[in-house]
This record gives sequence, C-alpha cells and structure tokens, in this order.
Amino acid sequence: MIPAQFDYERPSSLAEACEALAADDEAKVLAGGQSLLPLLRLRLAYPTTLVDVGRLEELQGVHDRGDHVFIGAMATHDEVMRSPAVTSGCPLVAMATSQVADPAIRHRGTFGGSLAHADPAGDLPAVVLALDGVLVARSAEGEREIPAAEFFVDYLESSLAQGEILAGVKIPKLGEGWGFHYEKFHRTAQSWATVGVAAAVHRSNGTITEARIGLTNMGPTPVRARATEESLRDVELGEQVRRACEQAADGTSPPSDLHAQPDYRRHLARVLTHRAVRTASGSP
Amino acid sequence: MTTQEVGRPRRRKEDARLLTGRTQWTDNLTRPGVLHVMFLRSPMAHARIERVDVSAARGLPGVVAAFSGRDFAGEQGSLPCAWPVSEDIVIPDHPPMAVDEVRYVGEAVACVIATDRYRAADALDAIEVDYEPLPAVVDMNEALSPGSPKVHEAGNKAFSATITSGDLDAAFRDAPVVIDRTYVQQRLIPTAMEPRAVMADTDGESFTVWSSTQIPHVLRVMLAVVTGIPEHRIRVIAPDVGGGFGSKLQVTAEEVLCLLLARRLGRPVKWTESRSEGNLTVHHGRDQIQHIRLAADADGRIRGLQVSLLADMGAYLMLVTPGIPMLGASLFNSIYKMDAYEFNCTGVFTTKMPTDAYRGAGRPEATFGIERTMDELAAELDLDPIEVRRRNWIRHEEFPYTTIAGLTYDSGNYEAATDKALSLFGYDKLRAEQADRRDRRDPVQLGIGVSTYTEMCGLAPSRMLGEANYGAGGWEHASVRMLPTGKVEVITGTSPHGQGHVTSWSQIAADALGVPFEDITVLHGDTAVAHKGMDTYGSRSLVIGGVAVVKACDKVREKARKLAAHVLECSPDDLDFEAGAFKVRGTDQSRTIQELAYAAFTAHDLPDGVEARLDSDATFDPDNYSFPHGTHLCAVEVDTETGMVKIRSYVAVDDVGTVINPLIVEGQVHGGIAQGIAQALFEEAVYDADGNLLTTTMADYLLPSAADLPSFTLDRTETPATSNPLGAKGVGEAGTIASTPAVVNAIVDALRPHGIDDVRMPCTPERVWRALEGVRR
Ligand SMILES: Cc1cc2nc3c(=O)[nH]c(=O)nc-3n(C[C@H](O)[C@H](O)[C@H](O)COP(=O)(O)OP(=O)(O)OC[C@H]3O[C@@H](n4cnc5c(N)ncnc54)[C@H](O)[C@@H]3O)c2cc1C
Repeated sequence: MIPAQFDYERPSSLAEACEALAADDEAKVLAGGQSLLPLLRLRLAYPTTLVDVGRLEELQGVHDRGDHVFIGAMATHDEVMRSPAVTSGCPLVAMATSQVADPAIRHRGTFGGSLAHADPAGDLPAVVLALDGVLVARSAEGEREIPAAEFFVDYLESSLAQGEILAGVKIPKLGEGWGFHYEKFHRTAQSWATVGVAAAVHRSNGTITEARIGLTNMGPTPVRARATEESLRDVELGEQVRRACEQAADGTSPPSDLHAQPDYRRHLARVLTHRAVRTASGSP
Repeated sequence: MTTQEVGRPRRRKEDARLLTGRTQWTDNLTRPGVLHVMFLRSPMAHARIERVDVSAARGLPGVVAAFSGRDFAGEQGSLPCAWPVSEDIVIPDHPPMAVDEVRYVGEAVACVIATDRYRAADALDAIEVDYEPLPAVVDMNEALSPGSPKVHEAGNKAFSATITSGDLDAAFRDAPVVIDRTYVQQRLIPTAMEPRAVMADTDGESFTVWSSTQIPHVLRVMLAVVTGIPEHRIRVIAPDVGGGFGSKLQVTAEEVLCLLLARRLGRPVKWTESRSEGNLTVHHGRDQIQHIRLAADADGRIRGLQVSLLADMGAYLMLVTPGIPMLGASLFNSIYKMDAYEFNCTGVFTTKMPTDAYRGAGRPEATFGIERTMDELAAELDLDPIEVRRRNWIRHEEFPYTTIAGLTYDSGNYEAATDKALSLFGYDKLRAEQADRRDRRDPVQLGIGVSTYTEMCGLAPSRMLGEANYGAGGWEHASVRMLPTGKVEVITGTSPHGQGHVTSWSQIAADALGVPFEDITVLHGDTAVAHKGMDTYGSRSLVIGGVAVVKACDKVREKARKLAAHVLECSPDDLDFEAGAFKVRGTDQSRTIQELAYAAFTAHDLPDGVEARLDSDATFDPDNYSFPHGTHLCAVEVDTETGMVKIRSYVAVDDVGTVINPLIVEGQVHGGIAQGIAQALFEEAVYDADGNLLTTTMADYLLPSAADLPSFTLDRTETPATSNPLGAKGVGEAGTIASTPAVVNAIVDALRPHGIDDVRMPCTPERVWRALEGVRR
C-alpha cells in the first residue's frame, strides 16, 4: 500500500533534528522505519514531515560506561546483540534482541525505535523496564532523563513530548550473582510475542534473593510482575518459586487478539515466568 | 547425446535468471504512457450502494479518470463460472465492479486511473460512497436456516449434489461400529510470493493483456466471452509468474476491468495489488464443514461411508468455485474398499470473498475427512492406525481397481510405500518413546500421525470433464520446431509459474529427439507464441502437457526418418534411431537429427511430399486420471502446559509414477508438505460476525517459514501410471493433500489419553490448551 504524501528531512546534527521536529506539530522521527513505515503504508498514521535521524552521530553506537551500558538510539538490533558491552554488561538485552523478528529486520530496526514506539508486544520495552533502564531524551530545551517506569504511558504512547528525540538508554549493570533469561512465546519464528517474560534473578547459595521480571504483551504497556517479584525475596529454589510465579499475571490486563485471549495470556505469563525464572536462576 | 535425461536431477534452467533478478514479473513491465489503476473497495460485507461520487477524485492532480460500477454497467458483463455442477445450481450475476449491491468486504466499487500509483492512491480518499447496510451472512449453517438474510434474491443455497453407490442402509444396519464426526476445513488465503498484477494495452484494434495468471489461454477465451471483444483481437501474456497455488486459476474482476479501461482510455493501464488487498480479494480456499459417518465391522473392515458437506462458496461463483468440493466427491473413500458410499454436498452463499481452487482443490478436504476418521476407527477398536488401514486398503495385486465411487485406479502399491515410510520413520521406536512419556506424565507428550492418500491428477480426460458438466476440455497441446542449426524449440500449452517446466520439458525432448538438453528451449505463456493450451493446475502439466511434448517429438522423429532415408538412399525401415542419429543398419552410414534439420531448412533435396520443416503439433487427451499415492508419517511434541505443537520429524514416501527430475519432484513435495502443515497449524482467514476480514496482513494471517518446519525425510516408490506413455502421475499437490491430516492425527494421538479426540484447525497453542483445559475441568 501507499502512504499519504509527506515531507522528508535529513538533518545533520541532533540540534537541527530537534529544530525540524519543533517546526511541524505533525512531524515524526524516522529511525529504522520497521514500525513506522507499515503504519504509513496502511494509512494508520499521516505525519506531514519525517525527520530521518538515521545518520546522526550522537545517536550511534553502544558504549560501556563503567556502571552502565549506554545504547545509542540508532544502534540496530543486530549491532546491539553482537556488542560485547551488551553481552557482558547487560546480557538480557542481547538475549531478547536476538529474538526480535528476523535478520533483515534486525539490521534495520533500532533499539531506540523499539522503545520510542512503545509497543507492548515489542520485546525490548519489558527488558528495559525489568532492568530499570533510564531513557535519555533531547529537545531544543536540552536533555532529560526518564526512568523506564515512567516512560511507557499507554499503547504506542511514550512520555516523550512532541519535539523530543530519544538519544539513547542507560542500562545499569547488575553485579555478581545475577542470571538472566528472556522467554518468548510466539506462533512462528517471525511473529511477535504472544507473551514474553524478561527475568533477571539474583542467587546466593541455592536461594533466590531478588528477581526483576518484565512482561511483554500483558497490557497496554510493558509491566513488571510485582507480586511475583515480592514473593521471590529470599526463597529456595523449587516449589516456592513455582508458587511465586503463579502470581505473575496479577494486576495485568492483557489484550485479546487472534493469537490469544486474555485468560490464555495470563496462563502463559504464569507458565513462562516460571520457566524464565528457573532458567535465569540456573536450575534445571 | 549420451546419458538418459529423464530421471536426472538436473538443476533448473530457470533458476539463474530467477535468482539474479532478471525476471519479468508483470509489475516490472511497462509501456510508454502507462497509467496506474487503483480500486476503491467496499468496507461493508453487504450493502446497497446508494450513491458513488467520483467527481472530486477526477479533479485531483495526476488523475486521468475515475469511474464507478455504473460507468461500466453496459459493458462489463459478468465474471464467468465454467462449472455448473448440478441441475439446481444458481449462478448469480457477478459484475466485475459492483453496481447496486456489494456482497463482500473488498469488492470493487470504483477506480481511479492516474499518472502514478501514489496519486491514484491519494485520489481514492476523495471518492464518496453512500452504503445502505444489509445484514451480513457469515455462518453457513445460519445461512441455510429459514429466515436467514439472503445473499442473493434466489436464496443462500448455490447447489446440491449427491452421489450414491451400494446399499448404505444395509451397511449401517447392525454395524458393530459407527464413527460419526464433524470436521471443519477452515478458510485459507492462497499466498503466492508474487501478488496479482495486470497490464493491458491496445493499438486501437487489438488488445494485449499481461497478467500474473496460471491460465493465459483460458483467460483469453473468457475475456472475449465476457467483454465481447473478438477472441482473435486479444493476446494474453503470462510473463514470469511467481506462484499461484490455484489463486491465479481465475478470471478476475481486475483483468476484465483493466482491459475495459485500456479500451475506454486508449492507453496502457496497469494494476498491482498490495498484500492486504490480496488477502481480501484473491479467491480463498477450502472452507467446508464435513459431517462423516463410517460403519465398520468389529475387525475394522469398513462397511459404508456417508459424507455430507457444506461448502462455502462466498458471495459469487467464480471460475470453478462449485467444482472444488466436487473434486473430492469420488475420493472420500480414498484407498479403501467398502460396500457402500454416499456423498452429499450443498454449496452455500455467504457475504465473504468467493472460494475457488487452492492447491489440492477438493482432494485435501477429502483426504483429511477420511484419514481423521480412520484414526478414530482405530482408536474405537483399540487398533494401531496403520493396521486399520492395512485391513481396508486395495492390495497391489488388485489393480486396476474400480472403487465404490466409480473411479478406476490403474496402479499403485500402498503396502510398499507404507513399509518404506515406517522403516524410515522408526515407527516402533517412536511408539516406545511415546509410551514412556505417557508413563512419566511428561509435560511434553509425543504424538504420531499417519496419513495415506491417493488423489486424482492430470486434469483431465475431456470426456470425463464433459460428463461432469465442466465448460472445457482437458487435453494439452505441444509443438516442436527444429531450427536450421539443429536447436529445438518446444512450445507448450501449459503455463508454468514456478514448477520448472522449462527444465523438465527439455529433459523429455532431449531423450525423445536425442539432442542435448542445452540445445532445447521451451516457450510458453503467450497466446501468440503458444497458440493452443489448457494451462497449468490440478497437477496436470506433466501428465498431460509433458506427454503432448513426447507425442510432438515422436512426430518430428518420424518426419526426420523419411528425410534421412532419402538422404542416405535407403528404406526408412532400414534405419535405427540411436543417440540422436539415424543409422543404416549394418553400415557406418548415419545422419543426426540435428543435421537433418539443416537439410529440411535448405530444402535443396527433399523427397516428394515432404515439407521443408521438421516441425510438429500434437495434442494429448488421456483416457483416465492418474492416481499418485503415498504414506506420510509425522511425529509432534505437544507442550501440554502451553499448548504449543512442535513437529519433531516428518517422513513422506510418495508414489508419483515415473520421475522426470527428482530435484523438482522433491521441491514440489517440500513446498506441498509445508503448505499442508500450514493449514494444520497456522493459517486461517477469520471473518467477524459483521463479515469483516480480520486477517488482512501477515501479522494476523500466519505463514510458516523454513524456521518453523523440520527437515523432511523424503523417499519414493515408483509404480508407473498406465494412463499415459510417460508413466507419470503428477506431484504438484501430493504434499499438501497428505500432510494436513498427518499433523492433526499426530496432535490428537498425543492428546487422546487426556480424553481429547479432535482439535480444530489450525491447531493453535490456544486451541490445544483450551482442549486440555476442557478435559482438566
Ligand atoms: C515483520 C516485522 C516483525 C517484527 N517483529 C518484532 C518482534 O518480534 N519483536 C520486536 O520487538 N519488534 C519487532 N518488530 C519491530 C522492530 O523491532 C522495529 O525495528 C522497532 O519496533 C522499531 O524500530 P525502528 O528503528 O524501525 O523505528 P521506526 O519504525 O523508524 O520508528 C518507530 C516509532 O518510533 C519513533 N522513533 C524512532 N526513533 C526515535 C527516536 N530516536 N526518538 C523519538 N522517536 C523515535 C518513530 O517516530 C515512530 O513513531 C518487527 C517489525 C517487523 C516489520
């Protein structure tokens, strides 16, 4: 299908990009285009200007910054999953990213685009939420840091203001003793998650001391499985863990679509959370 | 010419060009001054069209014209249905562009013609249409209930047909076992890699239509009939065509309208569908409710079979819509012997996209119905599903065998194919693993599914088509031309769209003429080049068209023999034809057929009565269908916690008769199995209660890719067909026909200890989970 007419700008600096965005209320940022172009082609969105941030130096690359990894908004999925800074500093990000779509899309789609798009079915929002990432936004007014917990507002809606550009994301490194797993449930290799579970689990001497769990596609935004997290404080591996994971869907409001109705999604969240926590904690 | 070509796994001549993008898809073609057409499509399943106003669109930049259905009312005719299957059939008027009423979402109501596609797309937004909504009719059972809203004036029943053979009452009376089941064949959307596209042009007198079609020849005739343009003024070209699976065996609204627009505007016009447009308006496939009753003796021997189908026609009858369920009419009995058989089918109108041929066409439905039922019989009697089949199938020494449904199966060996499949599969070992997992209550259970099948291919003996009231014959045509330099042009009436005819036909002609494979070219798909043909569908191309090539080559060889005798000054009877040369028996005198082609061209010294050409035409029309068969075995792992089904291994042993090119045969089987698995696990066209299609994109209409499928283990038995001199049986649809029930039988096998005896297709994780939840409660 064919999008409605729009103007196209390709600024050469982040400051110029902010200006271009500020100049048109109906302007949209174009990153890898893997989510935006389908919307345009189906005529579900009618922006009047696309501001292509693809070549902005400031948004590129993945950087190890000591206590955190800074992932530039324009880092492609392929770049992220292969980055040593990511695989060693925040392996959960690499695990989830390697399961995004297929290689062609991973070479175009970007980390920042995935988050700014705020699709609760995307794999990365739940991961960044689970890891308490901090999103760095730039606008003509300057820079602002937004904790992941405040970033995802509603279905396809983030707390970025019109005119703000996501520059990158700080992912805090977790120290010794943490294990990770992303459990994605989908019907075909190329389809989106029916439900996904991002788990970071801290172990010590056969007990789980702390767990952080983000859920994909269990509501209009990515959500934390807070009840399960609470119950997973200082518990022994085994039956207690299973019971804690029974609470994984508490407080969620999963969508209904052709792939799953809400009750099935809740069931999946419980089963998959148990699997993710078990794998992350290294238990068979 | 040394080795025999037939049977060699030749790499396809087509592929270098296809893989390096030097292709001529219809959308790649252009003409000077070409205009682009876009269609405005109904958002309503059923409505009266009160008003269409295209005037605002006409004024937009780049727009050359805009029309509504009313503008075509006098000239657009009605899209054809060539297969009135019964006396009582109702064939409603089917205008290519809706005039007064729309009957499915996606039906064209207006069009814009502009200087580029972008402007045409923008201008669609400016067209105003007032609809007066009418009730949608979505469900077949409801459509047939009294008081249902009507799709057409005459009601919602399109036709009914019955076949009976033997005494069904006697078969069911006091039968120790009766299996009674209802299965649903979901609606599918054929998804060819290349979307449909049409271009039409005129020089003021004659018309050329390029279309991504399987049937350039049939299309030419039908365009003449529908539009009244004389047939000799229409040329149809099917350039490279990227798959069809039956969906391009059609005379489409867009083809007719593009031709009419080229005539009206006196300029070339072109249309290419988007994928979402295709999901809405490519004819759909399957969509049957099958009620099956089977009576058997206590030892599992079948006494009688009764099949009652509801077949969803959608809103109109297209080219062969009503014939599709009827292609299964004589195949529910499949490879089994029985005393009585009854088949009933009711075609039902609904306010949905019309259905029509989709890979297998009627035969996958029949195979599914009987093969699921055979497993239920086995379970009822606590017999191994293979054993139940053995007790009922036609034994190899019984061929030729006339079935209860009246077809005569010429050859086959079900025992051999099944034994081979069982040993490749490791059947006993998998059964042992299954038992172990059951004992351990493993959350991941193993299921084993079998499907045996036969199908009728090589559509079709013209006489039988006549008896079935089909509007055309089933012959195929070929020409062979030897060029002055000894190279060969083979012209075929089949119309390949991915099957590799150029390669296989070259192999056939190479053997028949004794010329090198490389010296042969195959021309097709243009009614001005391949002047006669019945095109490609129903696994007919090799079985009918390939044989026509053999016949044409035979004729050329006999002409060459006369010429050789003259040149070598001997009697034709003294000549042996070997390795491409005529040799005078007992001497070292010889001439190759390629040398003789030059002699025919110069014509300096021809015998009396011999024309200056080594050319021929031949038409082949078989006496009977061909009947491929095979045994497929599938092992699945079912995660009982999530409902996810994973195919662990898949073995197919097919008997497609003589194999011309094993590589191509394997490719067809691979793709076919994938497509059948897709029906079992992934694909479903979903309409809501208002008749809106919910699966308009590939995010909702799920197609598997290689990543979702296991490696298949393939093997063959070769029992040549006796109905054609090649001994070939056809392989285009076999994989699709056998694989769907093999997968579903495997899933049900895994779940049967839980008290589950069916899962509706596609067997999604959610459906499997709900089935388990249902019995857990
Ligand atoms: C077939 C297919 C399958 C897919 N499957 C998956 C999957 O399984 N899992 C998954 O997670 N994703 C999947 N995706 C989406 C993919 O990951 C996209 O890359 C991602 O959602 C968006 O990234 P992008 O760079 O393409 O963003 P774009 O499409 O360019 O932009 C998306 C949105 O974000 C905004 N935006 C982008 N960058 C910025 C920025 N720096 N600042 C402010 N706003 C910005 C845009 O304005 C737009 O609204 C799939 C996509 C396709 C086409």
